[in-house]
Amino acid sequence: MCLLFQVFVIIWFGSIVITLNSKLLGGTISFFQSLCVLGYCIMPLTMALVVCRIVLLSGSGTVSFAVRLTVVTASFGWSTFASTAFLADSQLSNRKALVIYPVFLFYFVIGWMILTFSPGK
Amino acid sequence: MAGPNDLQFQEFEAAADLLSADPGASTLSISASNDPTITAGTPAPGEDVKLDLSEDEEVQEESSELLGQKPSGGFWTFEYYQSFFNVDTVQVLDRLKGSMMPLPGRNFVKHYLRNNPDLYGPFWICVTLVFSVAISGNVSTFLREPGNPSYHHRPQFHRVTIAAVVIFLYAWLVPIGLWGFLTWRQGAERQVGGYSFLETVCVYGYSLFIYIPTSILWIIPYDWLQWTLIVVAMVISGSVLVLTFWPVVRDDTKVTAVATVVTIVVLHTLLAVGCKLYFFQTTVHTPPPTTISPLIHTTLVVKTH
Repeated sequence: MCLLFQVFVIIWFGSIVITLNSKLLGGTISFFQSLCVLGYCIMPLTMALVVCRIVLLSGSGTVSFAVRLTVVTASFGWSTFASTAFLADSQLSNRKALVIYPVFLFYFVIGWMILTFSPGK
Repeated sequence: MAGPNDLQFQEFEAAADLLSADPGASTLSISASNDPTITAGTPAPGEDVKLDLSEDEEVQEESSELLGQKPSGGFWTFEYYQSFFNVDTVQVLDRLKGSMMPLPGRNFVKHYLRNNPDLYGPFWICVTLVFSVAISGNVSTFLREPGNPSYHHRPQFHRVTIAAVVIFLYAWLVPIGLWGFLTWRQGAERQVGGYSFLETVCVYGYSLFIYIPTSILWIIPYDWLQWTLIVVAMVISGSVLVLTFWPVVRDDTKVTAVATVVTIVVLHTLLAVGCKLYFFQTTVHTPPPTTISPLIHTTLVVKTH
């Protein structure tokens, strides 16, 4: 229950902060459009979570960790790349990196949470 | 319009004083984003004057810059906060570099901020630092385990909350205190050397940047390396702060000047050491030899008898 709450807070709070950041830097994307994009682009990480859970069923040794690491890294890269395609275009060319970095950080933290997720006792 | 003209006259005087005091001051052209707000609602008198004058335009612009960032609109408008994010990627990278290389001649505020303090840097540096400290702490705790599969690695999210509270409090409360103290010491008259509140926050925010790679390097589990890293980071970061605030404080009495600088350094040290001790605790390894050797001893004793 506590974990669900934490995940919920991080994802929503993170999305709002990133959207505000993009708008404060002078982006032309609308508030809810940005939230929408960030929400949909979490999907690869959700799939990674499902895969990780399945992999964890077969034990939690080094091999499973390597597999999970690869899967999470790939989906984190995919998520960041996908949302960048939307968010960077709405920004001036001299501020693109300033907008993309928080997105990168956001998906990195979520990826980290997925990677270190260990089910129950 | 009698009102703006009166203010215009005062600002011009102040601008001339400031220019004579610091002829090398950088001049910034006002970005286009400020202009649309002039036509909307009730503009600040300073902005109005700037557009009215064709000659001395640079001086007017500079006066409003030097008197502190005059954000357009009231604090309830979005443009007010947009003026704190008026930076480009190149500028942010430049400031990050400047926070890592304290050169004696370079005052961070005068050289890098140039009357354009931003909130982007301090905010995102604090966020990144929070997560890097929490994640690196988790990784280092995980790596210190003897690697037995029965150890249940729980990601401790409460650490993120604690890290966030501590770091954000430091990055906001200390600049508030320092700025308040410095402004009080300078009295009511606004001197050239004083920094605005935003500039103080900005310097502190950027000075925390060096702790991000330091916290990642703390994963390497050698104590001597960790303490060396702390010292190096503190020296670099502390000297950026000292070099920035020394010119402001040195006009004061010797005791106050030294005390202020020492306080800055001590607080900075406390943050670094506190983070290190809380998040990167060295686990107490039960040394195998002392537990095994009595057993061996007893077995040997048993065997001989």
